[in-house]
Amino acid sequence: MLEPMIQLANVSRRFAKRLDVAARIANWFGAGLKDEIVHAVDRVDLEVRQGEVVGLVGESGCGKSTLGRIVAGILPPSEGTRAWHGKAIDTLPAAEARQAELKIQMIFQDPFASLNPRLRVTDIVAEAPVAHGIVKGSEREAYVDDLLRRVGLDPSLKRRYPHQFSGGQRARIGIARALAVKPEFMVCDEAVAALDVSIQAQVLNLFMDLRADLGLTYLFISHDLGVVEHLSDRVVIMYLGRFVEIAATEDLFQRPNHPYTQALLRGIPRLDARKQAFEPVQGEIPSPLNPPPGCHFHPRCKHAMERCRVEQPDLKPIAPGHWSACHLNG
Amino acid sequence: MTTDALRATPKVETPLRRFLTDFFASKLAIAGLVGLTLVVLIAIFAPWIAPQNPYDLRQLDIMDGRLPPGSKSFSGMTYWLGTDDQGRDMLSGIMYGLRTSLAVGFGASLLALMIGMSAGLIAAYFGGWVESLIMRIVDIQLSFPAILVALILLAVLGQGVDKIVIALVAVQWAYYARTVRGTALVERRKEYIEAARCLALGDRRIVFKHLLPNCLPPLIVVNTVLVASAIALEATLSFLGLGLPVTKPSLGLLIANGFAYLLSGKYWISFFPGVALLFTIVCINLVGDQLRDVLNPRLQK
Repeated sequence: MLEPMIQLANVSRRFAKRLDVAARIANWFGAGLKDEIVHAVDRVDLEVRQGEVVGLVGESGCGKSTLGRIVAGILPPSEGTRAWHGKAIDTLPAAEARQAELKIQMIFQDPFASLNPRLRVTDIVAEAPVAHGIVKGSEREAYVDDLLRRVGLDPSLKRRYPHQFSGGQRARIGIARALAVKPEFMVCDEAVAALDVSIQAQVLNLFMDLRADLGLTYLFISHDLGVVEHLSDRVVIMYLGRFVEIAATEDLFQRPNHPYTQALLRGIPRLDARKQAFEPVQGEIPSPLNPPPGCHFHPRCKHAMERCRVEQPDLKPIAPGHWSACHLNG
Repeated sequence: MTTDALRATPKVETPLRRFLTDFFASKLAIAGLVGLTLVVLIAIFAPWIAPQNPYDLRQLDIMDGRLPPGSKSFSGMTYWLGTDDQGRDMLSGIMYGLRTSLAVGFGASLLALMIGMSAGLIAAYFGGWVESLIMRIVDIQLSFPAILVALILLAVLGQGVDKIVIALVAVQWAYYARTVRGTALVERRKEYIEAARCLALGDRRIVFKHLLPNCLPPLIVVNTVLVASAIALEATLSFLGLGLPVTKPSLGLLIANGFAYLLSGKYWISFFPGVALLFTIVCINLVGDQLRDVLNPRLQK
């Protein structure tokens, strides 16, 4: 079998708010203050194979954006390794590591904040490929025109500034900027969440067209199960920094195993089940500052047992290609 | 819409064009800008438009000393703003004084801007101990009154144009550093900076091409206010006798020269340089206020 295109092994990311001087002085007098540490991502393993679309789903604050940024190389992981075609990126020589980083690009959530307001569209798109020598300065304008046409924008608008475009057009500019460095892997962090529903469909179709034309591989981060079901080959469900279930899309939607996944799926509004009462997941997502011991989901789980409160369940295969982290599976 | 219709839409609205339209919406700001332009032009062209070179001793006559405004000299020249005790024409003195005051004020502020801006950007972008170190120095600097720091420095360094510029820069860089760091901290977390990092652009390019231009609006505002404050501080120091040497008189020194004659009714020696100083600072502040309103994103339509 081919090596996975990108592989995260045992990756964690902690954010720490260290005690300041005042708090440390207070501790001498017995205040007992501690560093506040958030485990945004807690020992996860992720593999994405060439050509795949993997959906990453979870509630707000579960660490899915942090994981996306680790995959894209924007945030370094606190622990664990990140490999590109089987080679750990931080052990590569600088030039090769940069080539690998360029092959992994990211599409951001906020179409307003993700474009530099002081640059013209042509500069936003052309800066990186010219800086990295992917195109020559003389071919730059033709290159930009080509990219803009590819994402469905009129190249005659390239002299304009981002504030002169609508949300959907800005999303397209962001995609053109990422495509400009000829990526093979795209991390889409809630890439359509800020757009109108009609525009969402257009942008999702653009992603799928690009996948067909350029052979892109995607990690698609979303809280919207409908979007993920429509796009993904495989789905990863994340809860409070850990993966709770991984399965092929159809398998996951037909036979959800983890109680959290089951609860999420019951929350999807469907046309064929109008009379059914919605059962939202009980309670709030716990604070990642102070996560519950054992299985993170046990305070909200109907099936919680004594074991769930003490022992953290491992991700175990329950069927070919279907993994779940729940003590109910034995 | 067809592409033809799109091309027919009005010209690209650049941020600069929008800024200019907004800026000229206020009559007070236009008045301030006109006044400031006038002052700057007078300062630049002083040697050509002043009736007299007040530091060329051959043109002075001690007999013309302390003449009230409007008097005529022996040689038939009219002293519109009177003369000082050396027989120097006050109008010419003010024109030459403006030259020194503005040069020192703008020069020191620009230098402080560059130093403070770099320090603030480095602190915000790199964070960690670099940020702690730079910002603690800024805190210590700002906890002393500006005039005290300048007085101590000048007492150590001695007199001279370069010395007073050093003193003003030492006082002012901290304001710029703190302002730019605050803005840069906000901008640094925006997704376009993450996007630039993801595109593997170098740190220097990200800081100066992406971060800095987006931190400029508050810096421009602080800069106008601090130019005015540098001019005023320089005048204060010169008035106290610690600033510029007598051979390079600024407005502050002119005011100090006439101070002794105020009680004997010879008001013009101090009064007119004072008015010139006030006018300059008011004009700069009017421009600065409008810049603040125009560049404040929260007040934008």
